[in-house]
Amino acid sequence: MIKESKNFFADKDIQVILGTLLRVGVISSMTVVFIGGLIYLFFNYANVVDYGKFDSGKSGLASVGAIFEGLKTMDGAAIIQFGTLLLIFTPVARVVFSVFSFLIERDYLYVLIGLMVLSIILYSLSDKLVG
Amino acid sequence: MVGDSIFVAMSVLLFTIIVLVGAFLAGLVGSLTGLGGGVIIIPLLTLGLGVDIHYAIGASIISVIATSSGSAAAYVKEGITNIRIGMFLEVATTISAIIGAIVTVYINPSYIAVIFGLILLFSAAMMVRKKVDHSDNDTSGKLAVFFKLNGTYPTENGVKKYAVHNVIGGFLMMFVAGTISGLLGIGSGALKVIAMDNIMRIPFKVSTTTSNFMMGVTAAASAIVYLHRGQIDPGIAMPVTVGVLLGATIGSKILVKTKTDKLKVVFAIVVTFLAIQMIYNGLSGRL
Repeated sequence: MIKESKNFFADKDIQVILGTLLRVGVISSMTVVFIGGLIYLFFNYANVVDYGKFDSGKSGLASVGAIFEGLKTMDGAAIIQFGTLLLIFTPVARVVFSVFSFLIERDYLYVLIGLMVLSIILYSLSDKLVG
Repeated sequence: MVGDSIFVAMSVLLFTIIVLVGAFLAGLVGSLTGLGGGVIIIPLLTLGLGVDIHYAIGASIISVIATSSGSAAAYVKEGITNIRIGMFLEVATTISAIIGAIVTVYINPSYIAVIFGLILLFSAAMMVRKKVDHSDNDTSGKLAVFFKLNGTYPTENGVKKYAVHNVIGGFLMMFVAGTISGLLGIGSGALKVIAMDNIMRIPFKVSTTTSNFMMGVTAAASAIVYLHRGQIDPGIAMPVTVGVLLGATIGSKILVKTKTDKLKVVFAIVVTFLAIQMIYNGLSGRL
C-alpha cells in the first residue's frame, strides 16, 4: 500500500511538470505565430486569398529546412510556420519527458515503448513518406 | 454561384478575421464539450469559405494539437493521466495516423467529405449518450499485468484501484482511431472513447485525460506528414492556431466551474447539421 501511494505522488509531480511544459510550449508557439501573423498581414492584407485548389508547392514552406531558411529573412509566413512547428513539437516533448521519467523509475519496458513512439514520429519527419 | 464570387473576392485580412473568430469558437466549444476543434474548423473552411479540403485537414490537425495542449491544464486538475496506457496505445495511433495521413491525398475529396460527415454523426451521438462507467478491479488480464496498465486514481474516499481489460481489442480500436485521425485531420476522440471506456473499461477520470494526452501526440505524427506535403498553409494556420488556443484556454477555465450537459445537446444538433451538409456536398461532388 505504502509503495503505491508513493508512486501516486511521484506521478502527481510529473503531471505538474508536464502541465508547465505544455503551457510553455503553447504560449511560446502562440506568441511566435502571432508575431509572424502581424508581419504576414502587414505585407499581404490586401491580397486575395486563393485556397480553392490544393497545390502542394504553393507556400514553399513544406520542410523544416525551408522554414529555417525563411526565418533568416524575417519572412512572416516562415515565422508562422516556425510557431506551428513549436506547437507540433509540444506533445512530442511530452513524450520525450515521459521517456526520461520512465528511465528514472527504471521501467525499461516503457523506456523502450516510449522510444518506439518517438522513432515513429521522427520517421514521419523524413520526406520520403510524401509522394 | 454567389458563394463562389464572394470567396474569390475575399482579401487576406477578411479571411484571417473570419477564420480567427471561427477558430476561437471551435476552441471554446471544443474544450467545453470534449469534441476536438476540427469538427468545426473543417466545415467552416470548406463549406463556408471554399477552401480545398486538403488545406482544411492541415489546419484542422493544428487545431487538434492546440485544443489538446491548451485544455490539458484543466484536465491535469480534473483527473489522472495513465501515462503507461497512453504511451502503449500511442504505438498504435502514431503508426496508423501516419498511414492515414499518407493515404489521404490519394482519396477523392468527395469521399473524404462523406467519411468526415459520418464520423461527425457518430461523434454527435456519442456526445449526448449517457456514459456508463464499466471499470472494475478484476486484474486477471495477463497483457494488462505485463504492460503494467492497471492503475489507481484518487477519489473522495481515498485511492481507488482499477484494472484494464481486453488490451488487444483496445489496441486494434486505437489503430482504427489513428487511421481516421490521419485521414481526416481530426482527433477522433469519439473512437478513442469506445476503445478506452467500452473495450478496455478504463474509468472516466483516467480515460478522458489519457485520451487528451494521446490526441496531441497522434496529431503531431500526422501533422508532420501534412506539413511536408504543403497542406499546412501559414495563411490558414495563423488564425487557426491563435483562435483555437485562445478559445481552448478560456474554455478550460470555464469548464472547471460549469456543467456542460445542455451545451452538449445544442452542440450535438449543430454537429449533426454540419455532418449532413458535408455528406450532401460530398455526394453531390461539390467538395
